[in-house]
Amino acid sequence: MTAQNPPLLMVEDLSIAFGTEEGTARAVEQVSLRVESGQVVGLVGESGSGKSVVSAAILGLLPNTARVTGSVRFQGTELLGRTESQLRELRGNEIAVVFQDALSALNPVLKVGDQLAEAIRVHDRSLTKKQLHERVVELLDLVGISAPEQRAGLYPHEFSGGMRQRVLIAMGIANEPRLLIADEPTTALDVTVQAQILEVLERIRDRTSTSILLITHDLGVLAGLADRVVVMYAGSKVEDGPVEPIFYRTAHPYTRGLLASLPRVDRRTDRTSRLYRIPGQLPNPHSRPEGCVFHPRCPHAQAARCDRERPQPSVVGDGHVAACLRIEEIG
Amino acid sequence: MTAPVLDIRDLVKEFPLRGKAGPKQTVHAVSGIDLTVRRGQTLGLVGESGCGKSTLARCAVRLTEPSSGTVELGGADLFAMKGRALRAARRQLQMVFQDPFTTLDPTMTIGGILREPLEIHGMHRRRRDEYVRELLDRVGLDPGHAHRYPHEFSGGQRQRVGLARALAVEPSVLVLDEPLSALDISVQSGVLNLLEDLQEEFDLGYLLIAHDLSVVRHTSTEVAVMYLGRIVERGPVDAVYDGALHPYTQALLSAVPVPDPRAERRRERIVLTGDVPQATDPPSGCRFRTRCRLATEICASTVPELVEHDSGHRVACHHPRTISS
Ligand SMILES: Nc1ncnc2c1ncn2[C@@H]1O[C@H](COP(=O)(O)OP(=O)(O)OP(=O)(O)O)[C@@H](O)[C@H]1O
Ligand SMILES: Nc1ncnc2c1ncn2[C@@H]1O[C@H](COP(=O)(O)OP(=O)(O)OP(=O)(O)O)[C@@H](O)[C@H]1O
Ligand code: SF4
Ligand code: SF4
Ligand SMILES: [Mg+2]
Ligand SMILES: [Mg+2]
Repeated sequence: MTAQNPPLLMVEDLSIAFGTEEGTARAVEQVSLRVESGQVVGLVGESGSGKSVVSAAILGLLPNTARVTGSVRFQGTELLGRTESQLRELRGNEIAVVFQDALSALNPVLKVGDQLAEAIRVHDRSLTKKQLHERVVELLDLVGISAPEQRAGLYPHEFSGGMRQRVLIAMGIANEPRLLIADEPTTALDVTVQAQILEVLERIRDRTSTSILLITHDLGVLAGLADRVVVMYAGSKVEDGPVEPIFYRTAHPYTRGLLASLPRVDRRTDRTSRLYRIPGQLPNPHSRPEGCVFHPRCPHAQAARCDRERPQPSVVGDGHVAACLRIEEIG
Repeated sequence: MTAPVLDIRDLVKEFPLRGKAGPKQTVHAVSGIDLTVRRGQTLGLVGESGCGKSTLARCAVRLTEPSSGTVELGGADLFAMKGRALRAARRQLQMVFQDPFTTLDPTMTIGGILREPLEIHGMHRRRRDEYVRELLDRVGLDPGHAHRYPHEFSGGQRQRVGLARALAVEPSVLVLDEPLSALDISVQSGVLNLLEDLQEEFDLGYLLIAHDLSVVRHTSTEVAVMYLGRIVERGPVDAVYDGALHPYTQALLSAVPVPDPRAERRRERIVLTGDVPQATDPPSGCRFRTRCRLATEICASTVPELVEHDSGHRVACHHPRTISS
């Protein structure tokens, strides 16, 4: 084998627990994932599955109450245990993040263009005023804001919700980071606005070398955008693979259940048809089931096995893994 | 077709804005809408945030007084009703909200919450506890949990409590305002199935407001698409979803991601530019014209009427055409 570059981001056996009044919350358990250069990796799961906690660990933004084990390597360098100032340097430059709530992330009394210029200047002081302005306009244009020259002079409240979200993405990619983490960037937005944001992410994927870790609970969003998909359930990674096998050769019973639960905009249904319903409820992080975390809800669960043994990810296809003890048997 | 049970006619709702300075402004939230809900059927109402869906729903159940227009329940004018007739109408017509947590009294047990409407309407006097247990069982909750409080339930379970409360008084119509949007996918499908089962069992009519167009396609008999206070297209679900004629409906449908990578990457997404105009100052003529790629002069001068194209499929557009033509 020839020597290869390390993956851009490599998360291995990451476990995160929080000490709380009700006891220990095991938020994330032994999650591994990797993002290669130029890839879009989708991280999907229902609420409380641990998506945001994983991204906070990558960004070094976990609270002090978190107990973290495992490894998070960025371009081969371990991030866990780094000092706050080292991480801050990395965050603005090489790793950027966009959250859901665009309004609260922008300063209401500063013009949008000035905020964008500041985000660039913090990490690159060499630009002249004119160059800075050109870069601002270029970025606004990249995220699909029409009339960027004029709009740079407006305040956040003069932008719609979707435009503000796009400004945040522009700030995120201002310094051409190697990795953009987008945590539910379209949740709570109208589909028409979501379509604008997805278009911007597509443009970043196609025109820049920035990799994207896209966190969402919407499998449809990932179908169109992601190269790889990582599925989480109750703090564990249950499936991970290239986008097509995840959708067309779905391996894990949870992922299958999730896909079968989705009503489809592109299909006729007759009036008597019912969606699949995953029985039971999402487990609470203070009392995660023993064995396979999904076993109380799994139609294939086997007594004295799935409730005892913790499944490890096993290979089911090229670059495709699923953590299920019965993967061979259920086909 | 079954007789209409809820009939909304030419409904208008405007909110005057009292600013301290500057000219008086009016929010044109709902501007002349006709809709019909029938027993045993679901009318889905879709449209972007702020287009007036909740305002319409609140008028339909008489939580808000419309500026003009009528709402008839079983042929009688809802806003002319008083006393006993109004009480009976309120029983017939129930509303379910997005997260019933905000409308469930945290100091009351689930049993108490479900008994309250029975007391108000004097129903099931002799067997209320038994009836409450039956209701809980019917919506898929443990009847033994009647003594628990709302915070002890998950989001999906609370939505079931909300449904049980609405069903307690044996209504004929439920107005459901985003009943699923706070729920996770694995929970949502259970509530959706429950809604469909209950409809069949009790012959309920639903007015279902949802911004998730997939949910509406799956559940509804008919769909109405709303933009800035007006219905732009309406008809049987498959006719509208497979053969949308209004440019706004087409854009809306094309924006919904489908969980199918090959289909999703092949699809042409129509990305609307510009923003939804202010409801205080809607465009003249067709309200969609500022974002429509087909707009011509007549679109600015004349309001397009909802015209029937196929049986039941109506479109308000001067230049209707299918997406492929
Ligand atoms: N600071 C904290 N202290 C204690 N528990 C926490 C803390 N942060 C997160 N958790 C718990 O960790 C689990 C995972 O949370 P996380 O926010 O990562 O979920 P998520 O997948 O991002 O969900 P959502 O889709 O709702 O955003 C949850 O059970 C949550 O309650
Ligand atoms: N009480 C009120 N006073 C003034 N304006 C109002 C009032 N209620 C609603 N509006 C305005 O009426 C319009 C329609 O609002 P409505 O809540 O009906 O929209 P919606 O379609 O339900 O939106 P969403 O999808 O966000 O729930 C909006 O412009 C809103 O700001
Ligand atoms: S390990 Fe057992 S319970 Fe878990 S997903 Fe596989 S079959 Fe189901
Ligand atoms: S009436 Fe004119 S502006 Fe309105 S949707 Fe039709 S073509 Fe577009
Ligand atoms: Mg999250
Ligand atoms: Mg609303």
